[in-house]
Amino acid sequence: MKWDEFFVTGDPLIYGADVSIVLTVIGILFYLTYFKKWKWLWTEWLTTVDHKKLGIMYIASAVLMLFRGGVDALLMRVQLATPDSKFLDSQHYNEIFTTHGTIMIIFMAMPFLIGLINVVIPLQIGARDVAFPYLNAVSFWTFFIGAMLFNISFVIGGSPSAGWTSYMPLAGNELSPGPGQNYYLLGLQIAGIGTLLTGINFLVTILKMRAPGMTLFRMPVFTWSALITMIIIVFAFPILTVALALMTFDRLFGAHFFTLQGAGMDMLWANLFWLWGHPEVYIVVLPAFGMFSEIISAFSRKTIFGYKAMIWAMVIIAGYSFLVWVHHFFTMGQGELVNSVFSITTMIIGIPTGIKIFNWLFTMYKGKISFTTPMLWSLGFIVNFVIGGVTGVMLAMAAADYQYHNTYFLVAHFHYVLIAGTVFSCFAGLIFWYPKMFGYKLNERIGKWVFWVFNIGFNVCFIPQFILGLDGMPRRVYTYSAASGWGNMNMLSTVGGFLMGIAFLILVYNFYYSFRYSERENTGDSWGLGRTLEWATTSAVPPHYNFAVTPTVDSFDPLIKMKRNNVNLKPKIEDIKKIHMPDNSGVPFFMASFFFVAGFGLVFEWYWMGIVGLIGVFITLIIRSFDKNEGYYVSEEEIKETERLTV
Amino acid sequence: MANPQDSLSREHGGIPWKHVIGYILSIILTALALWVTFETGFSTRTILIIIFIFAFLQAALQLLMFMHMTESSEKKSKLTGNTQTGNILFAAFVAIVIVAGSVWVMGAGHGKHDHHKMDSKMEDMKMDGDMKMEHK
Repeated sequence: MKWDEFFVTGDPLIYGADVSIVLTVIGILFYLTYFKKWKWLWTEWLTTVDHKKLGIMYIASAVLMLFRGGVDALLMRVQLATPDSKFLDSQHYNEIFTTHGTIMIIFMAMPFLIGLINVVIPLQIGARDVAFPYLNAVSFWTFFIGAMLFNISFVIGGSPSAGWTSYMPLAGNELSPGPGQNYYLLGLQIAGIGTLLTGINFLVTILKMRAPGMTLFRMPVFTWSALITMIIIVFAFPILTVALALMTFDRLFGAHFFTLQGAGMDMLWANLFWLWGHPEVYIVVLPAFGMFSEIISAFSRKTIFGYKAMIWAMVIIAGYSFLVWVHHFFTMGQGELVNSVFSITTMIIGIPTGIKIFNWLFTMYKGKISFTTPMLWSLGFIVNFVIGGVTGVMLAMAAADYQYHNTYFLVAHFHYVLIAGTVFSCFAGLIFWYPKMFGYKLNERIGKWVFWVFNIGFNVCFIPQFILGLDGMPRRVYTYSAASGWGNMNMLSTVGGFLMGIAFLILVYNFYYSFRYSERENTGDSWGLGRTLEWATTSAVPPHYNFAVTPTVDSFDPLIKMKRNNVNLKPKIEDIKKIHMPDNSGVPFFMASFFFVAGFGLVFEWYWMGIVGLIGVFITLIIRSFDKNEGYYVSEEEIKETERLTV
Repeated sequence: MANPQDSLSREHGGIPWKHVIGYILSIILTALALWVTFETGFSTRTILIIIFIFAFLQAALQLLMFMHMTESSEKKSKLTGNTQTGNILFAAFVAIVIVAGSVWVMGAGHGKHDHHKMDSKMEDMKMDGDMKMEHK
C-alpha cells in the first residue's frame, strides 16, 4: 500500500479535517505540557477506577461523538437541501451516512447512557463503587479505543460506506474493497467488548451491592431500567460479536458465511444483525425511560404512578425485544406467515410502552410541577415520542411497510424515537445529575434556550421527512432531481437540522458559562426535590467512597421519607469505620491501546501488527491475573476530615 | 457471611437422595434413548427428534439434581436460586429464539429465490409458462 492510499486525499473537506485534527492534538499537548497537567491526567483520569470519573469520561466522549455525528448530519442536510447538488459526491455521501448512523448509535447514545448509569446507579443503590471497578475501567477504555479506531477512518484509509447496517453483499470485499468496512467491523468489535463487560458488571452490581433494606421492589425505577438493560446487553451483544466475527472472516480470510459465492447466505447477515439490532433499540431506550421516570416524579413532587406496572412493562419489553427483529426486513421475502407473526409481535410490544406513557401522565396529574430544564426535556419527550411510537405502529403492519420501507418516512420515524427518546433523555439526565458530577447546576435560562431551539429545530427537520417519505423519496440517495418536487421540503428539513446544530452550540456555551458563573452547591440535594439515595450524600459531589456510612432503605424513594422524618443525613462519628476501596490501575489503558494496535493492523490486513497487538493484550491480561493487589483502606481520620466531623 | 459449605455438610449425614434419584433417572433416560435407536422401527428423523428430547430432559435433570442450579452460595443471599433459574430459563429462551427463529425466517419463502436454487426455480417458471400456454 502506498502512502497516498494510506491517507485519504483529494477532498478539501478532508484536508480541512486533517488540519483541524493536527491543530487540536498540538493544542492539547501544549496545554498539558505548559500547565504541567500530565501527571494530573494520568493519576486522576487515565488510571482511575472510580465509577463517577469513568462516567464523566463516558459522557465527555459521547458529547464529542455527538459533535462528530452531528457534523456528518449537517453535511448530509447541506447536500440534500437543493436538487442536483454538487456539494458531496455519491461515495462521500455514502461514507457520511454510514459513519453518522454508526457513531450516533454505538459511540454516542450507548456511552452517553452508560456514562449516566455509571455516575448514578452505584449512588442510587447506596454502593461504594461497582462490583468490578477494574473491569469498569477496561469497559471504558475498550469503548473509547473502538470509537477512536472507527473515527480515524475518515482521514486514514477511508470510511466504511455500506450503511450502519452493513448489509451483505454490499459490505463484502467485491463491492466494498479497501479498509473502510474493516474499520466498522473492528471498531465495533473492540467497543462491543466494553459494552458486554459493562453489562456483566452492572448486572452483578445491582443484584449484589444494594444498600441494606433495598429489596428488588424497592429499587428506584432508573435502577430497574438499568438492570433490565444490562440483561438485554448480556444476551444480545454476543449475537453482534459473532456476526461481526463471521463477516471479518469473510473479508480478511476469504470465508463464505455471507458472500454470494461458496454457498454463503447474504441475508443471514441482515437476520443476525437485527437479532442484535432490535434488542439494541431497547438497550438505548430503556435507561431513557428510567431517567424520565425519576425526573418526572421529582419535579411533579409525586411518587411515580404505577411503580410495579412500570417495572413489569420493562420486564415484558426485555423479553419481547427478542421477538420482533424481522420487522426491519419485511420486504426480504420470507413470506406472509412470517411477516404476519412479526407484525403482531411488533404491535404488541407497543402496549407496555403505552402503559409507561400513561403512567408518566398520571404521575404529573395533580402534581405541583416545576418547569425546570430537565422537566421540559421530559415533557418534550412525551409529545415527540408518541409521534415516533404511532408511526412505528404504522410501520409494524407488514403490508403497509412495503410502501414505507426504505423511504424518508422510516428515517423520520426512527429519529422521532431515538432523538425524542434517547437524546432528550441524555440531555435531561445530564442536566438533572450535573450538580452530582460537578457541584454546580447548568444555567437554567440558557438551558431553556437550548431546549426550545433544539425542540423546534427537531420538528422542523423531521416532520418534512415524513411527508417526503410518503411522497416516495428513498433514504440513502445522495441527490434527487428538481422534477421530483422534493426541493422545498428538503430545504425546510435542512433549516431544522441547522437549528439543532445551533442548539448544540448553545449547550456547549452553557457548559462554559455555568463553569464560570454558576452558584456552587452546598448540599447533596441540589434540586431540593431528590427522592432517591444519590441525593442523600453529604456533599454536592460525593467523595470517592460515596457514603461514609451505608444508608438503610425501606421504600423506593427513601430520601423523601428521610426528609419527612427529619433524619439527619450527616453520619454519626461513632459509625465511621475504615472503608475498603480499589486501587487505580494503568493496565486497562494499556490493554485498550494494544487493542488499538491489533485492530489497526487487522484493518489494513497487516497481520504482523495484529499479532503484536494481541500478544500485548494477552500480556496485560497475564499481568492482571498475577496482580495480588487487594486495594487499600480509607482511614477513619480521613473520612472524618472529609465529612467535616469533629470529636 | 454464611458458610457456603453448609448445604453440602448437611447432606453428608444421610443418603443423598437427590443425587441417587438423579442418577437413576439419568440411567433410565440413557437406556430409553438406546432402546429407541436400536429396537424401534422409526425413521432416522423421528429417532433423532426423540433422542434429542431425551437429551434435553437429561441436561435439565442434571442441572437440577447435580449442578445445584436452584441453590445459592449464601444462605440469605440477595442473589437467590430463583435468580439463577430465571437466568438459565431466559438464556434457553433466547438461544431457542435465535436458532429456531433464524432457521424459520431464513427458510420461509426466502429459499425460493436463493441463488443456489435459481436454476431449478427458472425451470419451474418455464414449466409454469408451458402449462399456461397449453391452457390457451
